[in-house]
Amino acid sequence: MRRFSEAMGTTISVVVFLLMFVVIALAALGRAESDGGMALLWVALLAYIGWQFVDALAGWAEAPSVGRLAAPFALGAVVLIGWQTIVTALDVPSVILPAPSQIAVTFAGNLRTLWADFVQTILKGAMSGYVVGCALAFGMAVLVDRYDFLRRGLLPVGNFMAALPIVGTAPILVMWFGFDWQSKAAVVVVMVFFPMLVNIVAGLADTTAMQRDLMRTYSASYWQTLITLRLPAALPFVFNGLKVSATLALIGAIVAEFFGSPTVGLGFRINASLGQLALDMVWSVIVVAALAGSLLYGFLTVLERWLTFWHPSQRR
Amino acid sequence: MPVLAVIATLLAIWYVAVVPMNIKEVLTQAEREGAVIVPPSAAERRDAGRWGLVFANLDLIGPSWSTERARLPAPHQVAGELWKSTWVEETTGRRGIVQSGSFSNRSLIYHGGVTLTATVLGFVIGSVLGILLAVGIVYNRAMDLSVMPWAIISQTIPIVALAPMIIVVLYSVGLSGLVAKAAISAYLSFFPVAVGMVKGLRSPDAMQMDLLQTYSANKSQSFWKLRLPASVPYLFASLKIAIAASLVGAIVGELPVQRGGLGARMLGGSYYGQTEQIWAALFMAAVMAAGLVWLVGWIERRTLRAMGAQT
Repeated sequence: MRRFSEAMGTTISVVVFLLMFVVIALAALGRAESDGGMALLWVALLAYIGWQFVDALAGWAEAPSVGRLAAPFALGAVVLIGWQTIVTALDVPSVILPAPSQIAVTFAGNLRTLWADFVQTILKGAMSGYVVGCALAFGMAVLVDRYDFLRRGLLPVGNFMAALPIVGTAPILVMWFGFDWQSKAAVVVVMVFFPMLVNIVAGLADTTAMQRDLMRTYSASYWQTLITLRLPAALPFVFNGLKVSATLALIGAIVAEFFGSPTVGLGFRINASLGQLALDMVWSVIVVAALAGSLLYGFLTVLERWLTFWHPSQRR
Repeated sequence: MPVLAVIATLLAIWYVAVVPMNIKEVLTQAEREGAVIVPPSAAERRDAGRWGLVFANLDLIGPSWSTERARLPAPHQVAGELWKSTWVEETTGRRGIVQSGSFSNRSLIYHGGVTLTATVLGFVIGSVLGILLAVGIVYNRAMDLSVMPWAIISQTIPIVALAPMIIVVLYSVGLSGLVAKAAISAYLSFFPVAVGMVKGLRSPDAMQMDLLQTYSANKSQSFWKLRLPASVPYLFASLKIAIAASLVGAIVGELPVQRGGLGARMLGGSYYGQTEQIWAALFMAAVMAAGLVWLVGWIERRTLRAMGAQT
């Protein structure tokens, strides 16, 4: 009975805060203040009530999975609605910050252009470079793992290179490989290579002496040990590296376009739209990039759960 | 020793690669000076393979290591440019520190300084924000549930690519130059710090938390006396990642605003075909990254030793 009344209490507070949030948003929309102090007050009020709503929602669910799913969505919705309200209520010029609705309209209206940009930058530039870079790093990692000389020599260099601002090679690679997607892929290869190398080498070293001894009692050859024991054991590290370099790949492909590109591509679109102060278009490109990044990340997470089901971090 | 061997190998590969990369330009140059080269017509040379040209004109390998505006400058050319644009420019240049009392705006020291200021400012802001967010996430269930997924999603967005927009927008609001670059650096450095700190603040195990409970320690006491000290090793591990990311942010942030900085030097070099300038700026950035990471590591060792860690 007590738990029931508690649940009722939190449910009521969720509903109350939601209603308050909507009312305040509507009131702000009706007023259209241009006074700075009042504007700040509205923003603070919206933020506070919105947060109270999310807070109540997080405490609401008896079953934690509901709160786990609902809370981030609620926060996202609150931020979007608050953003829309503030932009319309305060008449923020779209040169500074376009409203979400305006971005959505631009996004829907330019699907064809954005799709072409997506194919050019993400599929051709980032993905081809990502695959080549990861494959190269994999081959090199097996070599480094096999020969101790390379491990002691190449690994410190690799660690050092992984910390460097490799984006800086973009102008050079664009000069070598031309303006089209090949140069973007080259930048991605260089950016992805060292983090992957360091991660895979660390992963290949992640077997215990006991496990390796067991393989020896089976009289397994080097390659048998590698394929049946050490590669599977390295997978969590490999996925860690894959996730880190997925983001790096997108960054590399887009930034490389700032140094020269054909008249298609996400980086080109950002630069061109900025020149026309068409910020709604820039934000649409951001949405595309965010979707691509999240999809790739999600895909890797699913693949990881499927392949490394035995690892403690994946067990439920 | 193996490190030196690998570096020497890399340098050797670099020297060898310079020859085919530059051979076409070298041949054109030699032809203008009246030398006899093997495929005499320019059209034939355009279609020929680079290595084929090298073997047909073995006597012209030497000049390919000293061409101006090379496609790939040789290591000693880059080192020369690095020396020229730091030491020589400052000591003998008209605008150098010796002649004018301030760092020359044509020297890499000046541009490195511009980048360094933005990097450090962004790093400090980002780290403080990251730590505060981590504390919030650890002590507030709602923040843990609602903010953490968005923080992860925000990192899958290639935010560096948005640098131009952030700078233009901040500029139109009246914040310019340093603050805008620092904002990008801060964004990039905040996430690793937040994630590392959350992990660190949660690292004390149940036994240790129970011990504090038997001492009837309150929340702030358990924070200052257990959670915070326990998180320090995690904090420094993520600070090292964060400062490298912060440098990348500052460099990319300098691309749209041509007002000094290593990023501006790189873009300028790529506009005017000054490859040596790009490479020199790149090496300067590499030295800075290594120095910053080393500095954080040094502070880490000092702090851990002062805290009584066994190393």
